[in-house]
Parts: sequence; C-alpha cells; structure tokens
Amino acid sequence: MNAIVDFLGGDIVVTAIVKTVVAFAALLLTTLIVVWAERKVIADMQARIGPNRWGPYGILQTLADGIKLFFKEDFRPRTADKWTFALAPVLAMVPSLLAFAIVPIGDHITIGDRRIDLIVADLNIGILYFLAMGSIGVYGVVLAGWASGSKYPLLGGIRASAQMISYEIALGLSLVPVVLAAGSLSTVDIVAAQAGSVSNVSFFNGVPVLEQIAELFSFVPNWYIWSQWPAFFIFLIAGIAETNRAPFDLPEAETELIAGFHTEYSGIRFALFFLGEYVHVVIISAMAVTLFFGGWGGPKPDFLPWIWPIGWFVFKTGLFVYLFVWLRATMPRLRYDRLMWLGWKRLIPASLVWIMVTAVVNTEGVSRNARLVVFGILFVIVLFWLGKGDPRLTGAVTPQRRRVHGPS
Amino acid sequence: MSLPDYLPILFLIILSTVFALASMLAASKLTPKRVTEAKSQPYESGIVPETGLDDRERFPVKFYLVAMLFIIFDIETVFLYPWAVAYGDLALFGLYEMLVFVGILLVAYAYVWKRGGLEWAE
Repeated sequence: MNAIVDFLGGDIVVTAIVKTVVAFAALLLTTLIVVWAERKVIADMQARIGPNRWGPYGILQTLADGIKLFFKEDFRPRTADKWTFALAPVLAMVPSLLAFAIVPIGDHITIGDRRIDLIVADLNIGILYFLAMGSIGVYGVVLAGWASGSKYPLLGGIRASAQMISYEIALGLSLVPVVLAAGSLSTVDIVAAQAGSVSNVSFFNGVPVLEQIAELFSFVPNWYIWSQWPAFFIFLIAGIAETNRAPFDLPEAETELIAGFHTEYSGIRFALFFLGEYVHVVIISAMAVTLFFGGWGGPKPDFLPWIWPIGWFVFKTGLFVYLFVWLRATMPRLRYDRLMWLGWKRLIPASLVWIMVTAVVNTEGVSRNARLVVFGILFVIVLFWLGKGDPRLTGAVTPQRRRVHGPS
Repeated sequence: MSLPDYLPILFLIILSTVFALASMLAASKLTPKRVTEAKSQPYESGIVPETGLDDRERFPVKFYLVAMLFIIFDIETVFLYPWAVAYGDLALFGLYEMLVFVGILLVAYAYVWKRGGLEWAE
C-alpha cells in the first residue's frame, strides 16, 4: 500500500484521486435518484402513478432509461457541424460536474492519522470558481444550438445563452453580500461563519431587555438566510433561471421550440445534456444550502458524529431539489420579454442596492444581523412598492407593438 | 493556498471528460447505424425543412445587445468580489469608493434603461 502511495506522489495525490472518484460516483448516483424522485413527485402532484416498473417504486427507472439511450442510434442532421455537434454535450456536462468540487458536504473525517475534509477542493476562490463553471456551461448550450444547423435548436441555443448570461449577473451580484459578510470566497469559511447561534448578534449588546430576548432565540442557528434573505431570494430565482428549469425553461420550451437546443440530439449525447441539467439542479440546491442555510451545520448527537453533518447536508439539499420539482409542477412558463424584464430591470438593480445596504450596515467590519433583517424588510417593501402597478408584475397587460416612428 | 489544492479539480476534469467521451465512443460502437434521408434532415416539425447552412448566422440582433450589456455588468461583478473580500480591512474608505463606482454604473444603467436598451418587446 505504502509503495503505491509513494509511487503516486504521496498522500496529496492519493487523497485527491479518492475524493474525485467518490464525488463523481456520488454525483452520478444522486442524479439517478433525483431524476426518479422528480418523476415520482410530479406524478403524485398530477395524480398519476409515475415510474413503477424497474426496482422498488420504480427507483431504477433512470438507470433503465440511461441504458436504453446508450443503445439508441445517435444520428445528426446533415446540416450539422460534425465536431462541434459531437463535443457540445461534453462541454455542457463537464462544467456542471466540476462545480460540485467546492461544495462542502460535511465536516472532516479522520482515517488513521489522516484528516480528510469532506470537500473535493477547498479553493480560496470557491465562489468565483462556482460562477465560472456556470459561465462555461453556457458554451455547451449555445454551441449545441448553433452546431445543429437547424432552426429550433438555434433559437433555443441563443435564447438559452441570453437567459443564462442575464441571470448570471444577478446570481453573481446576489452572492457578493454573503462574501462581504463572511469576508471570504471559500465555501468552507462561509459555512464556518454560519456556525453558532443568532443570539451572539452584537447589535443587541448593552441593551438589557433585548439581550434577554436574544437569549431566548439561542437555539436558532446563525445562518445567512436570516440576515441575507433578500440575497437568498435573488440567488434562488437567478439559480433556477441559470439551470433552465421551469418556470424559466424557455430555452427548451416544448410548445414553441420542440426541445430547444437539444432538438437534434439523440441517444447518449442527449443523455449527457440531461445529466448535466440535473447535476446543475443539485449544485444550485447544494450552493443555496451552503451559502444561506449553514451548509452541513446541524445538531450533532454523539452517535456516529461524523455522519450527521453529511446527513444534514443531504437533507437540506433534498429539500431544495424538492422545491425545484414543486416549482416545475406549479408555475407556468414565463414569456421571454417578462423573463428579460425580471432579470435586467428587477433582480440586477435589487441586488446592487442590497450589496450597498449590506456594505453600509457592515461598516465596522462586524455583521449586524438584526439591523440587516430590518433593512431587508424595508428593502422588500420598497421593491413591491416600485413594482406595484407594473402591468408585467400583475400580468394584466401584454406588450403591444409600438407605433413605427422616427428617431426620438 | 497552493497548486495542490487544484489537483482534485484537474482529476475531476479528466475523469468527467473521459467519462463523457468514453460513453460516446462506446455508444458509437454499440448503436445501429442506419442513415436515411429523413433522419439526416433538420427537424422542423415534419414539414420539408428549409434550413440551409447560412441560416446558422441569422438571429435577432437583440441577443447581441444582451451580450454587450452582459460584458459590462459582468466585469462590474468581478470588481465587486475582491472588494467584498477585503471590505473588513477597507472599512469606510472602501464604502465610499464603491459608492462612487456603483454610482457611475447606475448612471449608465439608467441611461440604457431610458434609451430602451433593456426593453425586449416593443
């Protein structure tokens, strides 16, 4: 064993290989379960049975589908650009798998005298890396649409890229206040900053009655969802739009564009797109948990202490995946102009203003959570007041073609 | 932080790329190949397709505008990150600096909005 370790260049390399393989396998397995869970939950919501043939409760359905797709003929239109068409699915899938590297799924475990952090790579630029992987994922989609040499995929591809880059700005901006509060881009540090209880908020110090009230809430964890909840909602909306999922699934709007950018894809290449999309859903859920819900934090009984953080992480992430499914079953698809309106005219200014609010409140370098909660409420009231009477928010009016006129 | 931190990322890139390419290669050996005229046409809901190769470059110019705006605002986001990390040390100086920066950007943003650059449907 030691000889192998030395041959491979020591502990670091071996740990890296083991982590990578475990993370990769876990992610694929998670995807299989998530796809099945989505079909089952949606079936329940629509009073259907859903998959029930393969394995108990149909849990092997995704695997069966995967195997089927593997053996299906993989053809392409003669107008397609051969190599770009072939490689676009790889470019769509790989970045979304890579983003998982910076998600801390638990504390650390000790094997022998070796301490192993339960994260694939704790980068000091973690959040930037996460955003970068999201950006690279756009290439896969737009190249797939372009390379198909067909109308619907082209429209789906450019729609997808315009949507993804629009919401990427809001996504990036919504994470800045969190980084500001934690003072670090590392996801491990951000999770660590959310440990402890809300009653340690310095805002209440020195005020006797408020201090006692704060003491009552000492069981509430100090998650960023409390002080950063406007950022959380912006992140969630932008995150859903980023994954091209309902109600933001315009790039593959089946009533308009057949299947959008992957209309011409079949067989294993389609499966790779599919895999990438669901991995992306898992990643966004995991990031929401990591950044706003304390990551793997949670009560830790003495029994098997290392497994609880992983359990909490999986549980919280599962709730968010459920939210994704729930939204898909509930919300109608947005119209494209409203999508752009929401992204550019609401989310971007809202997140910019919220960054400034957080910055002002944090001037002394201490996070004043209580004040942020107050400002958050004010902020949302102002937002609603600004949006009031906007026909697009209420959905009362459809835009009409303006009269043709000269330069104004 | 050092280079070994990125080692798992390198492995993950290799592993996932190899996985994708290998499954595509294996599938290409295992799947049937029966090319017919109908299969090699671009899909246009069953009607005779009109797509030619030149259609690839033609799409509404609005998307181009979105891409331009994206570059401006994305660079802004990139500027905000180092500022957010260092904010604890910068304190008030950092706040004023960023207020000026965001202020200038908001002026540009208001201008684009006013000119109708953010309007999708007219």
